[in-house]
Amino acid sequence: MVADIVAARQLGSGSADSLRQDKRKDNTVRVSKTFTINRSREEVYGFWRKLDNLPRFMTHLESVELLGNNRSRWTARGPGGFKVVWEAEMIEDAPNRSVSWRSLPGSQIENRGTVRFDRAPGNRGTELRVLLEYAPPGGRAANMLVKAIGQSPEQAIQEDLRRLKQLLETGEIPTSSVSSRSPQPAGHGESRAAGGRR
Amino acid sequence: MKATCWMGTGRVEVRDVPEPKVINAHDAIVRVTSTAICGSDLHLLDGFIPTMQKGDVIGHEFMGEVVETGPDVKNLRIGDRVVVPFPIACGRCNMCQSELYSLCENSNPNAWMAEQMWGYSPCGIFGYSHMLGGYAGGQAEYARVPFADVGPLKIPEHLTDQQVLFLSDIFPTGYMAADQANIQPGDVVAVWGCGPVGQFAIKSAYMLGAERVIAIDRFDYRMRIARDRGGAETINYEDTHVYEAIKEMTGGRGADACIDAVGMEAHAANAWHLYDKIKTNLRMETERAVVVREAIMCVRNGGTVSIAGVYGGFMDKFPIGAVVNRSLTIRSGQCHVHRYMRPLLQRIEDGEIDPSFIITHEMSLDDAPEGYDKFLHKRDDCLKVVMHP
Repeated sequence: MVADIVAARQLGSGSADSLRQDKRKDNTVRVSKTFTINRSREEVYGFWRKLDNLPRFMTHLESVELLGNNRSRWTARGPGGFKVVWEAEMIEDAPNRSVSWRSLPGSQIENRGTVRFDRAPGNRGTELRVLLEYAPPGGRAANMLVKAIGQSPEQAIQEDLRRLKQLLETGEIPTSSVSSRSPQPAGHGESRAAGGRR
Repeated sequence: MKATCWMGTGRVEVRDVPEPKVINAHDAIVRVTSTAICGSDLHLLDGFIPTMQKGDVIGHEFMGEVVETGPDVKNLRIGDRVVVPFPIACGRCNMCQSELYSLCENSNPNAWMAEQMWGYSPCGIFGYSHMLGGYAGGQAEYARVPFADVGPLKIPEHLTDQQVLFLSDIFPTGYMAADQANIQPGDVVAVWGCGPVGQFAIKSAYMLGAERVIAIDRFDYRMRIARDRGGAETINYEDTHVYEAIKEMTGGRGADACIDAVGMEAHAANAWHLYDKIKTNLRMETERAVVVREAIMCVRNGGTVSIAGVYGGFMDKFPIGAVVNRSLTIRSGQCHVHRYMRPLLQRIEDGEIDPSFIITHEMSLDDAPEGYDKFLHKRDDCLKVVMHP
């Protein structure tokens, strides 16, 4: 059975993931993910364009403050209250089509991102495509953040976008994290990714 | 509050757990008045469903009274009497809007686990493993019901709990098994398993136009109910060769549709059982496939095999050659309960069916371990256990 499950995982996501989370020659980490959201492009774009909405579904972001002039200050949190702060500027804004931003020079973490909003065929809403790039994790800040996000930025972003879909389609982020079990004998942690309580 | 907890393979206990609270705006809290043990709960008990954790509150067939609602639940009031469908569905995603509620894209917070196993995730289900959401189940005094504006069905006062409780799962599940079997007037339908889902599949096959229904089991008391209450002819697979019998009964054609109401822990009287039992015991196979294999062999050319029994992983010796070369159709799915609840409630109200005919045992929730034991081992002619907190 174990072998079967390993085989199934390879059928499913394994090989494709390694393509999508691409380590370039310069060690830049690129992650791309896509979700279909049963809402109009205008709505999905409008929600994302207001960058201070991002922490509502990106669990590692504590805040995004809008500074005016297309600039914003991003605060991410790591284990033990460790924080990483950087400033970013929007470098492209095509209403209802795409948004791109990048960190300003001198940031603790160099990164850039692009989000595309395409109409899904068959009246199924919007296909959202997110591409994120991180500079080589050299410095302490970058290392801490990568650690906070976990072994797989791929999976973290997948779950962030799932929460966005849940939030935009239903108005809430479904969770089972409270009182789903009786008081535990020691050694049983909460299940991972049990959804944010908001 | 009291709740039935999974405490490891072969062990359920009624324990004291915290009462559920409204967490999200579409939640409701239901005070459970009646809850049943499902055949699929036995797969949990037997350790066939992965990602269970010690202490998980189980149970997905329940009904009761609304005692609290979140601010966005506009269609329910405190005091409403409701049956809760076992799949949790948001009502807003593409799958829900296509009436494929058990494939809701939003209700499983642990979708990533299911994606690893199955490619994409189905909906969350009450009390049915962390892979399917990790939600607390309804074999308890109270249950938290997410998306309560979508799922719970209000029940008129003049119907008893016993008449409507099974709208939560097994009546729609049996009905969908027949609905997906492409039954045409004059068809002969074969149903494997005379458990609760099988009994409803038999009834439903007749509702949908079958001329004859043949039911296969080995327990006399269950086959008797299938004959007396369902109007089926029965085959005891322990003393009869099923393929030969169905062939004989259908003038050599085979059954027009075959329904599997057994699932992953099937038992058989031939060598296949030994093969699958050894492989599942060694963890080399996740299911015992005897019923699916037999159903495929027994269906007529161009016929439909409808699978209502639960399977979870990977089966061996699947007769794909018969499927391809004989133009067979295979339909399956966890039941889209929301799609069937209202029309089936109407049939109950019209007196066309009284689903309470399958109940053999009623007891206090305190006696859940005894209920599981009776149902699992078919003691005391047990067909369906209903519990009251």
